[in-house]
Amino acid sequence: MNGYGGQILRVNLSTGKISKEPTPPELARDFLGGRGFGAYFLYREVPKGADPLGPENKLIISSGPLSGLMIPGAGKCDFACKSPLTGGYAGASLGGMFTAEIKYAGLDSIILEGISPKLVYLFIDDDKIELRDAASLWGKGTFAVEKELKEQLGEEFQIACIGPGGENGVAYAHINHDYGRQAGRGGVGTVMGAKKLKAIAIRGTKPIPVADLNAYRQAGMALYDACKKSELLKPWINLGTTMVTSWCDEVGALPTRNFSAGSFEGGKTLYGPYMRQKIVITDKGCFGCPSPCGKYSRMKRYGTNVEGPEYETIGMIGSNLGIPEIEDVAQINLLCDDWGIDTISAGGTIAWAMECYERGIFTKQDTDGLDLRFGNVEAVLELVPRIARREGVGALLAQGVRRAAKQVGRGSEKFAIEVKGMEQSAYATHSATAMLLAYMTADVGAHHNRAWAITYDLQVGRELVNADKVARVIWLQHIRPMFDTLGACRLQWVELNIDLELYPPALEAITGIKRTWKDLELISERIWNLTRMYWVREQPGFGRAWDMPPPRFYTDPPKTGATAGKITSLDDVNKLLDLYYEQRGWDSNGLPKPETLERLGLTQLVAQ
Amino acid sequence: MLRLYAESSKCSGCRACLVACSLNLFKENNPKKAALVIHAEFPTPGVFKVSVCTQCGECAAVCPTGAIKKNAKGAYYVDYAECNLCEACVPVCPENVMFVRTGLADTAWKCDLCGDCIAVCGTDVLSIGEIQATA
Repeated sequence: MNGYGGQILRVNLSTGKISKEPTPPELARDFLGGRGFGAYFLYREVPKGADPLGPENKLIISSGPLSGLMIPGAGKCDFACKSPLTGGYAGASLGGMFTAEIKYAGLDSIILEGISPKLVYLFIDDDKIELRDAASLWGKGTFAVEKELKEQLGEEFQIACIGPGGENGVAYAHINHDYGRQAGRGGVGTVMGAKKLKAIAIRGTKPIPVADLNAYRQAGMALYDACKKSELLKPWINLGTTMVTSWCDEVGALPTRNFSAGSFEGGKTLYGPYMRQKIVITDKGCFGCPSPCGKYSRMKRYGTNVEGPEYETIGMIGSNLGIPEIEDVAQINLLCDDWGIDTISAGGTIAWAMECYERGIFTKQDTDGLDLRFGNVEAVLELVPRIARREGVGALLAQGVRRAAKQVGRGSEKFAIEVKGMEQSAYATHSATAMLLAYMTADVGAHHNRAWAITYDLQVGRELVNADKVARVIWLQHIRPMFDTLGACRLQWVELNIDLELYPPALEAITGIKRTWKDLELISERIWNLTRMYWVREQPGFGRAWDMPPPRFYTDPPKTGATAGKITSLDDVNKLLDLYYEQRGWDSNGLPKPETLERLGLTQLVAQ
Repeated sequence: MLRLYAESSKCSGCRACLVACSLNLFKENNPKKAALVIHAEFPTPGVFKVSVCTQCGECAAVCPTGAIKKNAKGAYYVDYAECNLCEACVPVCPENVMFVRTGLADTAWKCDLCGDCIAVCGTDVLSIGEIQATA
């Protein structure tokens, strides 16, 4: 099948059975790839009510039809499963080189089922596929595992692995790859650990077939040409995602001390240019990327290296923990990566613990002696491994902020900054209604990547609540995740401002099937509604209450910074949801109407 | 005489060049069949090193079948029809960018100076220029 590896690999870890089946053409037609395949297999194959850490849950790893091809940033890989953090849909995106290798091995998805009776890693060398003993790798950090496997197998192998956090059941454990790229959110690494799978090593040497070679080469070159001609290319490469740090601080969107404010007085030593000058040594790109946002850094003070920090980590581990120095943030970033936990959820959970400590809800007895004041770098450096090992207070925080707050009670639930059980990523949304709605309705919980609407808020009026704003969020929720479906990066469009219309000709030349953006948006809408129906199926009583934002954003205005005194009213929060549900064709409780499911061709699938 | 130059310190390791190269040489999406190499030296020291063909001609000099010829650009290329896979060219290449992998192709391959790698590189690592005389 043109544009595809052509096979789905199924590995049953309980029995050791390894099998392949052809990628169904109708699956490619209706769900395209990547995130679409992940959502489809999850809905269809993981039974209702499955324990996220049990044998019935599956970890579905999918490339897309653009992955591994001569298309800018064609290195995006989707990891889907039932989330141990939220109990709903988890879909995490991994950059780097992994997805390309899946395609070169002649595969589109890898479906991991069951639980292995012993500690293993999955070895894939084209058609030679084996489960191998991983007893000697167990307990090791992600960097040591990747290094060891590459030394043993060769540099051509791409490695994705978990750290101790994933082994020990931290609810927000990630999967690490290429010394610093992660499938970060929702506990995909926790599920891999529950399956007793430490790593996947993959090499492929097969070509990817395309429908029209000449048209594809032309369309691919046109995309690269547009990127290279963008005047935004050089400034973007210089700073990557840290380009937004100073802007967020200025406009009050930089999460500060557990989202109690949106501007940080220590912000300047977190800013992009400061970081570039102080610690960055190499630009590091994902597969096929002409505009590498990855920054590889050396922390002289610690004698260590890390990929990053990215903006999200700077916001969540820096300002949100009251830590002002980029080198310290980078070191905490390194610990999270190596111990195998998501920096965003870790930052959100630790910030909550710090607020508990400063408010007197926690004493030193509760924190095992750690002085968890905001800004205490040493305490955070101590705490990260304890979370990964689930030791003492680390065990409390390893559950994620929603469960931790529920366990602690005493009013701490009010400042647990999460939606659907997922810690909010690094945009403070006291006064940014489109971004707030994006977090409320993102299909994994409070994650930014489905609809990055914060700049739109500032452009049209941050407090404005109207149908146009809601329509913009929905449009973003279709366009941006489409890139995760295609298996390529959205940032060439978002950050270099290249023309979206350059993509359909490339996709057509590759797959042989003509699709316009309208067609692609329809596929995105189908996937969006399917993930919504997954929540409906898995969470009894699922509805509007699940879409409510953290109370802080409608009850507790910041005292300082650009958004001091500002807040979104509860009335406006509800108005946002009313408009959103109406435009989506959902009922007033946020459930897709039967006619909406019918229009999207989902009736049969969700009836199963 | 022209050759490809690489400024390794600018390389971000993305491999777009490798895919473009394999498309030129073999009309295939397959970076394992490219004629330049990116060495990723991670986690330490944390740099990329790029190896490219200098068009030194050592490979052509040892080729027993005369399969390594010069094209219109003056660059050495492999005439696939004449390569007998003897591998004599591989060890003499000072940059290790002369390839024989019999599982992947029935011929040796090398850079033919097509320039497609330059077209896709976003960080301006690669360029074609006159061969500088070395002291």
